[in-house]
Amino acid sequence: MTDLTKLSAAALAHKLASGEVSSVEATQAHLDRIAAVDADVHAFLHVSSHALDVAADIDRRRASGEELGPLAGVPLAIKDVLVTTDMPSTSGSKILEGYMSPYDATVVSRSRAAGLVPLGKTNMDEFAMGSSTEHSAYGPTRNPWDLSRIPGGSGGGSAAAVAAFEAPLALGSDTGGSIRQPAHVTGTVGIKPTYGGVSRYGAIALASSLDQVGPVTRTVLDAGLLHDVIGGHDPHDSTSLAHDWPSFAAAAREGATGEVLKGLRVGVIRELPDSGFQAGVSESFRSALAAMEAQGAEIVEISAPHFEYGVAAYYLILPAEASSNLAKFDSVRFGLRVDVPGGTVEDVMAKTRDVGFGDEVKRRIILGTYALSAGYYDAYYGSAQKVRTLIQRDFAEAFAQVDVIATPSAPTTAFKLGEKIDDPLQMYLNDVTTIPANLAGVPGISIPSGLAAEDGLPVGIQFLAPAHEDARLYRVGAALESLLVDSWGGPLLDRAPSLGANGGAR
Amino acid sequence: MSEITPDLVRHLGVLARIQLSDGEVERLTGQLDAIVDNIAKVSEVATPDVPATSHPITLENVFRSDVPGDLLTPEQVLQNAPDSADGRFRVTAILGEEQ
Repeated sequence: MTDLTKLSAAALAHKLASGEVSSVEATQAHLDRIAAVDADVHAFLHVSSHALDVAADIDRRRASGEELGPLAGVPLAIKDVLVTTDMPSTSGSKILEGYMSPYDATVVSRSRAAGLVPLGKTNMDEFAMGSSTEHSAYGPTRNPWDLSRIPGGSGGGSAAAVAAFEAPLALGSDTGGSIRQPAHVTGTVGIKPTYGGVSRYGAIALASSLDQVGPVTRTVLDAGLLHDVIGGHDPHDSTSLAHDWPSFAAAAREGATGEVLKGLRVGVIRELPDSGFQAGVSESFRSALAAMEAQGAEIVEISAPHFEYGVAAYYLILPAEASSNLAKFDSVRFGLRVDVPGGTVEDVMAKTRDVGFGDEVKRRIILGTYALSAGYYDAYYGSAQKVRTLIQRDFAEAFAQVDVIATPSAPTTAFKLGEKIDDPLQMYLNDVTTIPANLAGVPGISIPSGLAAEDGLPVGIQFLAPAHEDARLYRVGAALESLLVDSWGGPLLDRAPSLGANGGAR
Repeated sequence: MSEITPDLVRHLGVLARIQLSDGEVERLTGQLDAIVDNIAKVSEVATPDVPATSHPITLENVFRSDVPGDLLTPEQVLQNAPDSADGRFRVTAILGEEQ
């Protein structure tokens, strides 16, 4: 019998629809896989105790002839930043340990309505602050390609879950690269939609003007199928766009024919190669571009002179917004309370926040409080907002000349756990290629481009498109994916070491 | 060099309602100094003629009809409270003795 965990979501959905496989069988296969490998990988903070009941219900509805959505019965992993009524939601923080939300995030309720089967909640850097999941209060996730290395962050749990075949699909959130950078280091696919393309209702806010929820998968088509489920306007999120989105699954299927590459203008940023990319990352990037060029794409050098200020602007805007968003963890309405005998409510708040928040969270709250304080506001936060305008202008000028922009998804392959944990500034520089999209609100995709020659670890290529043009990323991503998978003779993840009892991944 | 001092970090901790230990203040002072030195470069290009962007996609104000939406019950609102009584959140003293 086929290993159900190795199937793409699209292939599994096909078997479910035809009745060849039941959702209970598919769900059980993934729960077994989690039981076998998650002690090593630690992608999950919580595994659902009733996933099989949900799956059985889908099977019953299908048997009774009910019309179900294309992904009905397919298991789904959910990043712990997204609130769920039936599982705890902690955002990777001790301050929310055991928190049970009274409502579901919109992306979760839409997933449930589409018949997806929630498997559990995935690990992440605390409140999504980090690039390695090492800032999770519940211990790091490990990269399935090499358990001594980081799975990226903040959504390392979701990326590792799909890379380790613990789930075919996962939900992530991307504030400065938290979907795309984990995809890069784990050989998976991740999309940050256009800002407002997917509802943020029920996503525990990090930086409200940057956060965006999106799909984490092994193939571009699977991402499109999931994006079709979760996307679109939500009256509960006033920043969600009332836009008529096309089907992203259809865009991925169309892209896979490769026609889109003929005459496609692909922008490469002149200033980026100076930013210290690992040799194997640059080589993989160049060879992916060459493959596209051979199919008729035109590589055009563009200039984006203000991208080099992106990281600096981001580390002012994000902490400023985060310091405000995290003020709600006040020991009064939910979350941890640390009593201070004889203390006032403010003493209790201050003690609770010292005990409940991890180092990185405190660092960013203090930094944001500084950036917003009187006398510094114009110099820091005000200037960062101007850089945002300049980066938007760089994008506008670039997209007047090209259809998409391509970059390596991150400067290096997965680094060792612990390597950068004591150097916040080095950690922040991981996001140099992904941050501009969040600052400008444009969509971005990361797909595997190959393995780095020097260490055999996955590398991703990122494509960026103008706002609202997410479908273009699915077409281009699927076209390159199809070319590369053909040239490799199978998906990149086929070359990942096997995990678990029979594997010996180390 | 920026002007991050231990006293400033301690003050920021008070503003942010985080009771930082002396060790944390010392560590944060050094780290924030390095971070602020790096991010201060935004002022190099943020000239007076550049308008600020607060939000990536331009939006109009959003209105809805003035009718009840999806509401939580009082029980749901209080279900995660560390302490509650009589349908309210319960906390310790609001004012200290000196106030």
